[in-house]
This record gives sequence, structure tokens and C-alpha cells, in this order.
Amino acid sequence: MRLAQAIPVVLGVVLVSFLLTRALPGDPAAYFAGDAATPESIAATRAKLGLDKSMPEQFLRYCGDLLRGDLGQSLSTGQPVLDELTRRLPASLELTLTALLISCGIAVPLGVLAATRPGSWVDHLCRVLVTAGVSLPTFFTGVVLIYVFYYLTGWAPSPLGRLDFIYIEPPTVTGFLLIDAALDGDGETWAAALRQLILPALTLALFTMAPIARMTRAAMLSALSSDFIRTARAAGLTSRKVLFAYAFRNALLPVVTTLGMVFSFTLGANVLVEKVFAWPGIGSFAVEALVASDYAAVQGFVLCMALLFVALNLVIDMAYSLIDPRIGFDSK
Amino acid sequence: MTDATIPAPKPASPRRQGSFDHIVYVLKDNPVTMLAFAMFAVLIFAAVLGPALAPYDPLATDAAIALQPPSAAHWFGTDNLGRDVFSRTIVATRLDLLISVAAVAISFVVGSALGAAAGYWGGWLDVALSRVLDTIMAFPLFVLAMGIVAALGNTIENIVYATAIINVPFYARLVRAEVNIRREAGFALAARLAGNSDIRVLALHIFPNALPPMMVQVSLNLGWAILNAAGLSFIGLGVRPPTAEWGIMVAEGANFIVSGEWWLAIFPGLCLMFAVFTFNLLGDGLRDMVDPRRRT
Amino acid sequence: MDITPSRRGFLKLGASGAVIAASQLPFLKYAQAAGEETVVVVMGQTINSLDLHRTGTNRPSYQVAVNCYDRLVSFGTKEMPDGSLSYDYSVIEPELAESWTVSDDGTVYTFKIKPEARFQDGSKVTAHDVKWSFDRAVSVGGFPTVQMKAGGLERPDQFAAVDDETFTVTLDEASKLALPDLAVPVPFILNSAVARANATEADPWAMEFVHKNTIGSGAFKVVRWDPGQQLVYERNDDWTGGPLPGAKRVVLREVPSQSTRRALIERGDVQLSYNIPNKDAAELDAMDDVAVYSTPIENAIYVVSLNYDFEPFQDPDVRKAVAYAIPYEQIFKTAAYGRGVPMWGGKGVDGPAWPQPSPYEYNLDKAKAHLEKSGFANGFEVPFSIDLSQADWMEPTALLIQENLAKLGITTQIDKIPGANWRTASLVEKRLPLALETFGGWLNYPCYYFFWAYLDGHLFNSSNYKNDEIEALVAKTLKMPVDNPEYAPAVQRMFEIAFEDLPRIPLWQPALNVASNGAEGYEYWFHRELDARKLTKA
Repeated sequence: MRLAQAIPVVLGVVLVSFLLTRALPGDPAAYFAGDAATPESIAATRAKLGLDKSMPEQFLRYCGDLLRGDLGQSLSTGQPVLDELTRRLPASLELTLTALLISCGIAVPLGVLAATRPGSWVDHLCRVLVTAGVSLPTFFTGVVLIYVFYYLTGWAPSPLGRLDFIYIEPPTVTGFLLIDAALDGDGETWAAALRQLILPALTLALFTMAPIARMTRAAMLSALSSDFIRTARAAGLTSRKVLFAYAFRNALLPVVTTLGMVFSFTLGANVLVEKVFAWPGIGSFAVEALVASDYAAVQGFVLCMALLFVALNLVIDMAYSLIDPRIGFDSK
Repeated sequence: MTDATIPAPKPASPRRQGSFDHIVYVLKDNPVTMLAFAMFAVLIFAAVLGPALAPYDPLATDAAIALQPPSAAHWFGTDNLGRDVFSRTIVATRLDLLISVAAVAISFVVGSALGAAAGYWGGWLDVALSRVLDTIMAFPLFVLAMGIVAALGNTIENIVYATAIINVPFYARLVRAEVNIRREAGFALAARLAGNSDIRVLALHIFPNALPPMMVQVSLNLGWAILNAAGLSFIGLGVRPPTAEWGIMVAEGANFIVSGEWWLAIFPGLCLMFAVFTFNLLGDGLRDMVDPRRRT
Repeated sequence: MDITPSRRGFLKLGASGAVIAASQLPFLKYAQAAGEETVVVVMGQTINSLDLHRTGTNRPSYQVAVNCYDRLVSFGTKEMPDGSLSYDYSVIEPELAESWTVSDDGTVYTFKIKPEARFQDGSKVTAHDVKWSFDRAVSVGGFPTVQMKAGGLERPDQFAAVDDETFTVTLDEASKLALPDLAVPVPFILNSAVARANATEADPWAMEFVHKNTIGSGAFKVVRWDPGQQLVYERNDDWTGGPLPGAKRVVLREVPSQSTRRALIERGDVQLSYNIPNKDAAELDAMDDVAVYSTPIENAIYVVSLNYDFEPFQDPDVRKAVAYAIPYEQIFKTAAYGRGVPMWGGKGVDGPAWPQPSPYEYNLDKAKAHLEKSGFANGFEVPFSIDLSQADWMEPTALLIQENLAKLGITTQIDKIPGANWRTASLVEKRLPLALETFGGWLNYPCYYFFWAYLDGHLFNSSNYKNDEIEALVAKTLKMPVDNPEYAPAVQRMFEIAFEDLPRIPLWQPALNVASNGAEGYEYWFHRELDARKLTKA
């Protein structure tokens, strides 16, 4: 049922991304025909790219290719888009998930702490700290971190992507270097991959802490001030039990929503971080593709993100109904 | 501009008795919010008086004094074309506030209307709107903003529209969820039985309940809007040169950090941080004020 | 030949059997990989194909054709005044060809292939491989075909393999461009047997296979290619095209962030940073550890392009007013950081050398006088377009010009155009009224530059300029040998007309900047891509 709801979304994304790429200014044929192209060679390139066909025909061809699982070829990297995405997606996911893990590890306790003592200096300090983190553009934080931890102190490894070239990549199982290296039992490569990951993940984590901490605090506050908590307190339950078993569970609903939003937002926003750290993720791929009007690559990227998002939404929806049975029209 | 910045408390205020006393009470309770209001006043001040405060023409170049570190004559130093960074930073305040406020106002209004309608009436309207919003949200948002700006051209209006579009679903979903939970609540039924029209019940009785979480969203989004514009500048899709804008100054200045000319990025960066910081703290403070449950 | 045989990486392919043992010895692994014979290069752009002939192959990828393949001939090497190396346009040297002869009428070139030349799979390089490769270059369309045509090489029937070691090229008419055009990266020689084995009916030229595999006889082979991340060259120890490269392995890392690249080279974690911005070049030059090579790019000029389709620019006085309103000196200082060669303030046309300074200089009084004489004394409004990907020099330049044009009453609005649209708008549709432009001709002749940039309808003539005399002069000089007595006067006449009509206002001749920290043997090439064949670790 929920999967069926996702179908129009995916169709919508396919259509909108197709239209969006076609609305991009510029002529990929002229761009890719090369530096000394003549009108004839541009026309030849256009025919080769299938761009001489009418829009509906291009769209039908695109849909047909999609059904066969063919996302087309990226012109700017010269690789099949599907290969690019499968190679780059784990890099982006590894970065984003690590960042979110760091971020949740700090932000959720901070939020709970702040909510239990509203108005105290702890509360204010939490607010100021997490707010400062979200107040800087990620690319700026990234450059400053590189400057301090790599250029000045030399503590961090050179910001050259996922793994310094002197290490051998572990055999691919999941594409997540940390997991693959652990499976391979190669502790040294694991540590090297982790070192490369720390700065970019920290950059992203700083940026994502605020929404999580703030939503945790806000949700905890409203949960704590609600009637059922008062009842629970009056019934003499321990404050720990009240806090975690009742208040926190009820506060989870908005926190999970926020987490979902933050995840999708971060996957999009790490475009900039990837660029700064030469991280071979899908974000940097998409930016280059967009600037070059690389239709297939942009469409493939958007579709991939959309599918991820749909999957994520299903998970959130399920979490919703687990946490809060009031939701949904079906039950009424 | 002030009106647009704090659009949310308005619907709630007519019903509020002694709201001024309440504000004073909350502010006393919360020094950080007081600070945020003071910071906000500074921002407004800089935005209104910006050009008058700037000691130099923010666009005038002078190759002879290019890339000079901060000094008495140039508090924030000069950039690679010899423009005064202080003047540019001050003047940029107005534009940046305008971009973020306009973008958030648009997404707030559109998102609230769509979300409230979907949550209240449900049915096919809800299904259709939800799918459309899901489609927008299924896009990687920053890349969608990039795409919109790249397709429409990088003017200030298009940056505002792009930022607004990517934020609409956040408001709509929030409002929908809140309205959905409360549409059958006792107070809503009572209001309806008392003869209020659906629109009236929705706007005056149910919708205000959605405001607290929305205020958090607004405050975050005002900040995000500025950061979004900065990110677009970093990719090269920001406002047109030579317009002074914090994001583009930070983005271009970031290239100069490693070579030691830190002042190009740091000062506009700090201002950007100051503004985002202010909005965020402010949102938190506003939430305390409009939260019905905290009003006793 | 598959370059990604396993995710276990390039080390296994390259290094000795010790690698297996090394995986248990972290220290050893480190020492071997970053060893003496590995040079690490960073660049901001990305390599998108190993095959130059492929449609959509970008410029940085041309270096694969240079490093992994041979041509029949190559250019010589000379030492520049500052001690750095540069290719030498005046000397054509053997690469795969041992020797060659030209018929008396200059239309038939006969090449003898080196008998010892071997492809990297060990098979002999024959004239049939050359024939197949040349046929491929003129047949696949797009850039390679256009570039071949510039040298008069248009059809497969012009190429013949007489026997295994003899190859002939027959031109329709003699041209001085033919032999140099065989030394550009395009006519590289592929192993036709391997290519044919991987060709299909739909893909007779094995484009898909060569896209991902190097099948040449060149100095290096690509042992690993992670698009968007890195490319690893490994030396071909049996190379016959020239002296054996000093580096056993060259690792090319793609790092998009300019400041990250700067930090890397300054700290010495990489040995070479390719194509760095002028500002970094100027500053790194002052440092002890880092050597910077700034070579003025031959036959290239940064120009302001005034579109003849835009009404005010049809007025010669308006064009001159603009030329006098450009603060050349200031632009050269703030946008080029003094890297390059000034192209203003000349004393009239001086000899047949190109590029040479225009007679204009910054003089607002003259600019105002010219504008007053024109039909647009009160100024006008015009959009000023620049390329997003070249913003590092275009943006400061445009801002300074904008400021000074405003003093004349000419209001401009700066438009940054993203890469894909830039080519379309400026070169294909030629619809930008006022824009910054750059063109550099690979073949170093003024007539070649004018052929592309000043002839009606030609690609780099973004100003829609048309002048009958220049059309005639280019037609006359393009194939004429430069020692023909008519040549010099004819090109000087072209320069005069160009400076008078000003469809393109020259600013400066740009430089290609490369920083090295621990690498030697960098050589400048007209194609502006990395030639790894002489690189060594210092």
C-alpha cells in the first residue's frame, strides 16, 4: 500500500528531472563536440546523443531505457551513470551516516539535557553551541578545518578523498570502506579510511547538530509539559522512568521526522563538502554534471536520490505509526 | 521588513491577552532570547543604514591597495580588487536579509496553506498534494535549487524562488501533521458546532497550534536560506558580481585562506554566522512566547 | 589489459611479488607505494576518457593520448630562458617513424616505421596499424576529424600502408600545416589487432574498448583509472619512442578545490600541481621549496570580444572608445598577477610574430573623445558575459572593465554563464554582445589563429566579424610556407586590419602555471596537458 503511494512520486521525479535538465541552458552537443567543433561535428554529436529527436520522443526513449535498467552514459565522466552511482553512492552514504551518527551522539543528549533544565545556563549553552555549528556554510567550515588540521598542524591526512593512495582499497563488499576494511581484517586500512573520514564527517556533523538538538529539546519540552507526564509524575514514577519511557518516547516522533529531513537535506548538502575534500561521492558528481548540462548524469542522480528518499520515507512512516498510533486516516 | 520577519505571531496575537506582559515575562526568563533580540536589532540597523554606514564605496576598486590586511583605514582589510571588505560586508546585510526573509515568507505562506488544506480536508486533496510535495522533497534539495537557478538564470529573484520552493514541503508537512492530529479534537469540534466555518476553524483554532513547531522551522529556514544562497555562490550560481553578498564573499574568500588572506572570508563569514545565529536563537525564543502550553 | 582487474588496486600490477608479504607489513607497504619512482600530480579537472577520439572526451583527457600512445612524429624540446623545458615547434622529431621523405611537390609524405617499435602487448607496430588509426581519426567525427582536416587529412584514401614498415600520406595540395598536424595528440597510433578484436558491428572503431583501455606503444600505460578520482600511469619499459621516463609510476589525483590543491603542493604531499591560478603561481614562486613554471601559452590571447551584431559595436569609434577605456595595466596586475605577456601599448604592427601588442592603452580622455565622435555619445547598456569556469581571471577583469566603461556612460551587467551554456552562447550562437574570450591555436602560425578567430562563421570568431580582405589573406597564407616572401607582409596586413577593426581587443597572452615541489622534468606543451614522459622525482 505504501509502496503503491511511492509510485507516483517516482514517476513525478522522472518527469520533473527530465524537464529540469532540458530547461538547463546550453547545448550539450556543442559542449561535448569539443574545442574546435564545426557546425557539422556539433550536429553529428547531437545525433549521437539522441538530442536531435523531439522532446516526447526523447522522453519515451529515456523511459524505455530506464525500464531496461539503463541510466545512460555520463558525458562528463564517460562512464555509464549506473556504474558511477553504484561506485559513488557508498562514499556519500558513508560520509553522511558517519556525520549523522556523530551528530546524533552529541545532539540528542544535549537536547534532552537542555529540556530537563529549561532556562538554566546548561540550556542556554546548548543552544548557543549547536546554533553556532549550523551558522556557518559547510564549505567554509571545511576549508577552515583543512587549514587548521592539515595545513597548519598536519594532524589530519591530506584531504584527498576516501583513502590515501598509498593504501590498497579493501575488496568491495558493501562499498563502505570502513565496513569492507573491517571484513577484510585490515586494521591499518580501516584506520586510514577513518582518518580521511573524520574531517568531512565533522564538518557535516557540526552542521546537522542544531536541527536535531533543537527538535529534541522542543519535543521533550512539550512532552514533559503534557498531561500524561503530569499524571505519571503524580503516580509517583521515578523521574528517570518518566523521562525515558514516556517523555522521550513521545518526543521521538518529531525527532524522527527531523532526522529524516536532515538526512535527505544532508545528502544534498554534502555536495559542497565533497567538493572541498575531493570526496568521490554522488554530490560532487551531480554538481559537475549540472554545470556541464550532462543530462543522463543529472537524471540518474536525481532518480537515485529520489528512490533513496522514498525508501527513507517509508521507514519514517512506519516509525510514525509505531510511535504514534494517532496518525493516519485509515484508523479513523 | 520587520513584518515579514515575524509573520507567524500575528494570527495568534489578537487572541492574546496581555501579550506584552507575557513577552516581558518570557524575556526575563530567557537572557539568550533577549540577546537574540538585541542582535536582531543590530542586523536591522545594519540593513537599513548599511550604505550610510559604509566608509567606502563597496564597488570601487583600487589595484594599488589590493589584498591588504585589516588596518585603521580598512577595518576588515581589502579584497583582491582593492575593495573595502568592511563596506562590502555592511552593505551586504540588506540584500542577505531580503533574500532569506522573502524566501521564507513565500514558503511559509504557500506551505501553510497547502499543508492546512491537506491535513484538514484529507481525501483526494491530501493524497494529491502529498504526492506533489513528496516529489519535490524526493529531490536532493540543494541540487534542485542549483538546477532551478541554473535553468532560470542566476538573478536574486530566482535564488529567492529556488530557496522558497525547496522549503515549501517542510512547512506543508509539518502543518499537515499537526492539523491532521487536531482536526477532530474537542476544541475544533466545539468551534465548528458554535457555527464557525471550516476556514475559520482551521485558521483561528487549529492552525495556531501548528505555530510552535513552525517557528522552529522558520528560524532554521531563515538561516538556511542565507546558507543556501552562500552555497549557490560557492558553486558559482550566486548573485551577480560585483554585488556584495556574504555568501559570495565567503565563497570567493575561501580560496584565499590557504594563501594567508584570511580576512576576505572570515569577516563576511562571521557576519553570516551572526545573522544565522540570530535567526536561530530568535526562533527558539519566539517559540517560547507563542507556545500556548507555556502560557499560564 | 583491463585496467581494473581487481579492487585490490594498482600495486599488485606494478610492484614485485613482495606486495603480498607487504600487506602484513604496513610500513613496507607505505614505503613501496610512495617510493622514489612515483610522482604524484594533482589537478582540478577530471579525466573522462582514455580515448581522445571519443565524442565528449574533454581536454585534460588528451594527456592520455600523449603519455600512453605514440604518433609518427613529435616536436623537439628546448630550454626556455628561465631554465624550464618547452616543446620546440620548429623541430619535428621521430617518434614511431624512423625517417620520412616528402615528394617534390610537397603532397606525398612517406614514413618509415621504426622496426623495433612494439605495442605494449609485445606485437610489432606496423604501417597497417598507422593506417587503421588514421582512418579512425578522420572517420569518427567531432574534434579529431576537425583537427585532422586542419592539416589537410580528410579521407581514408589519403593514407596507405605500402608494406609493414612504410606508410604514405597523400595530400590534395601541399600545406605547411600537414607535418605539424601529425605531431599533435590526435593522430596517435593504436594496436589495430587488439582494437579489431574488441570492435563490434555497431562499434567498428572499438570506441567502447579504447575508452577504458590503453592499447598503444607509448611511454606509459594506464593501470588504474577511477573516474573523478585518479589515474595511475605505469612506465612501459620497452618504449622506443624516446628516452625512457624517469618515473616508474605517475599518479594523477583529481582535486576540485583550489585551496586544497594549494595546501597539498605547499606541504609537499604531492610533487606537481598542474595548471594553478595566477595568484598561487605568483605566491608559490616566492617560496623556497616550490618551483613554479609559468610559460606564456603560444598563439593564445585573452581578449574582449565586441559583437558586430550589437548595434553600438558596429560603430568603429565605440569599439576604439572601449579599447581605450580598458585599464590594461591594472587588469594584468590584479587578474593575471603579472603572469603572462602584456598585449597592449604597442607601437604599431611589428613583424610577423603573433601574438603581438595592440596599439591601444588605458586613456580615458581618448576613450571619451572617441565615444563623443560616435553615434552613442550618451552611452548605452550592454550585458557583459563571462565564463563561470574561467571566473578566476574573467571576473576581476570584467569588474575592472565594467567600472571604467561606467565612466564613459556605458552601463554593463555582468553575467556568469555556466560551462555548457558558455560554448553555445559565445561560440556556436555567437550571441553575446560583450564578452571575454580566449583562443589558442595548437599550430603556431598567425594565419592559423586568424583562420579560427577572424573568419566569418568560424568557431572562435565570437564577434561575428567579417572582413573580405582578411578572408582573402587567410586563404592565401594558410598553407603557404612561412619562408615565402609574400607571407610576412600578408600576415602583417591582417594584424593591421584586426587592430583597426577591433572585433577582439587583446588584453594579454596568458601563461600556463605549474608548481612543482620535488619533481623535475616538467615540459610545457602547446596542448597544455601533462606530459609525464620526462617527469622524475627530485
